Amino acid sequence: MTRTDKASMNSTLTIVRGLTSLSRERAPKSLLPAVLRRVGLGDTYWRLETSIGPLFVAHSRAGISMVTRARSGAEFAKGFEKKFGRTIAPDAGPPPRNVRAVAEGRLRGRDAGLRFDLRGLSEFEQAVLGKALEIPPGEVRPYSWIAREIGHPDAVRATGSALAKNPVPVLIPCHRVVRSDGHIGNYSLGGARNKRVLLESEGAQPETLERLAASGVRYLGNEEGRFFCFPTCGGIQSLMKDNRVRFASQHEALAAGYQPCGECRPAAVAA
Amino acid sequence: MPQMELINSLADDLDGTFERLVRVFQDRLYSFAHRLCGSREDAEEVAQDSFVRAYRALKTYPAERIRALALQAWLYRITLNVARNRMRRKRVPQVSIENGGAAGEAARRAWDSPDDPDSRPDSRLERSQQRANIASLVATLPERYRSAIILRYVEGLSLEEVADILKQPLGTAKSNVHRAVNLLRRAITDSRRVQGRAEVRA
Repeated sequence: MTRTDKASMNSTLTIVRGLTSLSRERAPKSLLPAVLRRVGLGDTYWRLETSIGPLFVAHSRAGISMVTRARSGAEFAKGFEKKFGRTIAPDAGPPPRNVRAVAEGRLRGRDAGLRFDLRGLSEFEQAVLGKALEIPPGEVRPYSWIAREIGHPDAVRATGSALAKNPVPVLIPCHRVVRSDGHIGNYSLGGARNKRVLLESEGAQPETLERLAASGVRYLGNEEGRFFCFPTCGGIQSLMKDNRVRFASQHEALAAGYQPCGECRPAAVAA
Repeated sequence: MPQMELINSLADDLDGTFERLVRVFQDRLYSFAHRLCGSREDAEEVAQDSFVRAYRALKTYPAERIRALALQAWLYRITLNVARNRMRRKRVPQVSIENGGAAGEAARRAWDSPDDPDSRPDSRLERSQQRANIASLVATLPERYRSAIILRYVEGLSLEEVADILKQPLGTAKSNVHRAVNLLRRAITDSRRVQGRAEVRA
């Protein structure tokens, strides 16, 4: 090897070493939020006044992504950024009428046409929340009802966990799901007291429900139509009170020749 | 391949996964854009545009097509195209080693360190200076050599990946990388000779 060959190989090595030592730079912090905003996946938020105080609602183009309480917009934005690792800005425009109406319990969740951004939730969790969305305001259903309706009748506990993790409480009305024995049960957004306030604001009567539950009543039947319902079902509530019968279990109702109501579906209908 | 999970997830739920894609690749694409364009502002805009383009393209792809993507190479290619368009639009006067512009000259001089073994660039400061120098030398290379050498050595990709990104046959990519190294080396030795002659004359 000639002297020049050796020298040229040496300097080639130096160059390659110099190039590989150019360490990777970190992208500026502003890059990710800017990209997400431009493709419509960026988040903004509104503040809503509700019966349980101010709520903050985060949304992206994919849908509503988070609802929670906070003392201020700044506090909410900080919590959001900590949870999702991206920035969020206040929404300059007014919230869509639907969002306001749902927060006030005026619209049936299912009809509101709201879209939710449930990134990161499992298929099961999404099914649970989708089912909760079908419960009309003023009514409640037990955890076991959701589990059965989504085809996992044995997954009652998992249903409870999925509801507790609901990232968009109030708008997805997990407060309308109660314990199978009729008690109000827990609530992620400020405890049972807020759950009660929300139910009352929607026209459900938590006290009446608990009194019925305490006396062992789980279902109400209509003597004339020979069907039975959950006590809050709009179908039976609209009918005359003196035609009502009380049942402690679906077996009792079925044995008495009553059919499950097609609206609230208190039992699986035999095929 | 570690990106398989990310690719499958993109195919199943683009909107839900896209943020993760940006997080995984943002440093790579930003650095690459910076080396290509030379300025941080340009690099940030190029990286931003590249991700937006990638998203819009993925939006139109059926799931099978996403699953078949060589994701990393595809993203580098988008970035390269965005950067090229931008540089063309801005019509930056090309300073290259070949035509020996003033900036090239300065970079060459800066890269050069004295041969005295006692003053080898081993302090951290000097090493970082040398890194800055080689970066500015790379910036003076013509684009086809610059992109090849950055992908191969700065980004550390295989020659096959480099060829794939540049849409060149393997042999062409290989010779472009080779030629880029030769240009850099010649730039360095040239400047040494110039310097030597200057010293003799003095």
